Amino acid sequence: MGEEFNPSKPIYLQLAERINYQIVRKELSAGEKLPSVREMAIRSGVNPNTVQRTYSELERMGIVETKRGQGTFVTEIESVLTTLRETLKKDQITHFVSDMREMGFSDEEMIQGLEEYFQVKGSKKG
Amino acid sequence: MIEFKHVSKRYGTKNALKDVSFTLPAGKVVGVIGENGSGKSTTLKLIAGLVKPTSGEITINNEPVTRRISRTVSYLSESDEFYPFFTVGDMIDFYHSQFTDFQPEKANEILSFMKLDRSQKIKNLSKGNRGRLKIVLSLSRDVPLILMDEPLSGLDPLVRDSIIRGLISFIDLEKQTVLITTHEVEEVEPILDTMMAIKDGQLITIQDVEELRIQENAGILDWMKRVYQ
Repeated sequence: MGEEFNPSKPIYLQLAERINYQIVRKELSAGEKLPSVREMAIRSGVNPNTVQRTYSELERMGIVETKRGQGTFVTEIESVLTTLRETLKKDQITHFVSDMREMGFSDEEMIQGLEEYFQVKGSKKG
Repeated sequence: MIEFKHVSKRYGTKNALKDVSFTLPAGKVVGVIGENGSGKSTTLKLIAGLVKPTSGEITINNEPVTRRISRTVSYLSESDEFYPFFTVGDMIDFYHSQFTDFQPEKANEILSFMKLDRSQKIKNLSKGNRGRLKIVLSLSRDVPLILMDEPLSGLDPLVRDSIIRGLISFIDLEKQTVLITTHEVEEVEPILDTMMAIKDGQLITIQDVEELRIQENAGILDWMKRVYQ
């Protein structure tokens, strides 16, 4: 079974989020087939009905499409994937900024902190 | 679809269930939750036709429940009811002889998933493997309704995990409905569609679990702590 889910938040959305991350990280590429509902249920340790709901939600967002009798595939529409990447970036930034503000850091301190961080790390990853 | 209409069950002077009415939709995994003695097991036994209601009416797909409902209901008992001198294979053959819907190929598939061996004697099985064998027997029947009374109780975490994964792998929610009673709420939470909460013989709620998370930002365990304390 994969990582545990937070039981207080809708699991179908948490699973959708994980799949979105996999797409942005290129672990799932454009046009690639997602595991079947049952396979995904077994892999992630959730109910197949939940996975079905996740796939429907992703389909509603245009991120995947279901081809009758063939399964569910990551979209090949470049603009959708670009938007997804941008959305995740904004989400992360919003999260970071709100945490930092809660701890009392000013915007200038954040920017300065980030610049220092990148200088020290140089071009290294991580 | 399971329907209770004003169902009460009394054992002697004790009211196990008091005027309970509900309908449960098909194709879901339903967790029946509540404290010890709240009426969970009685509810399952009533659905299985193993005990009769003192008053009220129970139907499954509009068919009144009698002892013969076992043709369409697979019931996993909380207790171990095996002949100790049987082997795992004997037990499977016995089930096959009792239930026309028993699928021997599926049984073999679940056996190997659970890493059980047909030749093992039941009296030599660990408690965990007896728990696994019960799952094999109960999931190998091609029936619309599967009832499981405390399938995880008293088993170690690895066994519980294999049972939950077995459930996900071998139930077919397009055709089957599963009712599970359990105290191990945390572990079954991710596989439940619906929770049915019982307290002191009365139904508190039947609720879609994802809706609960959306509306109240709470999981079943959080919700239980609020309602039962």
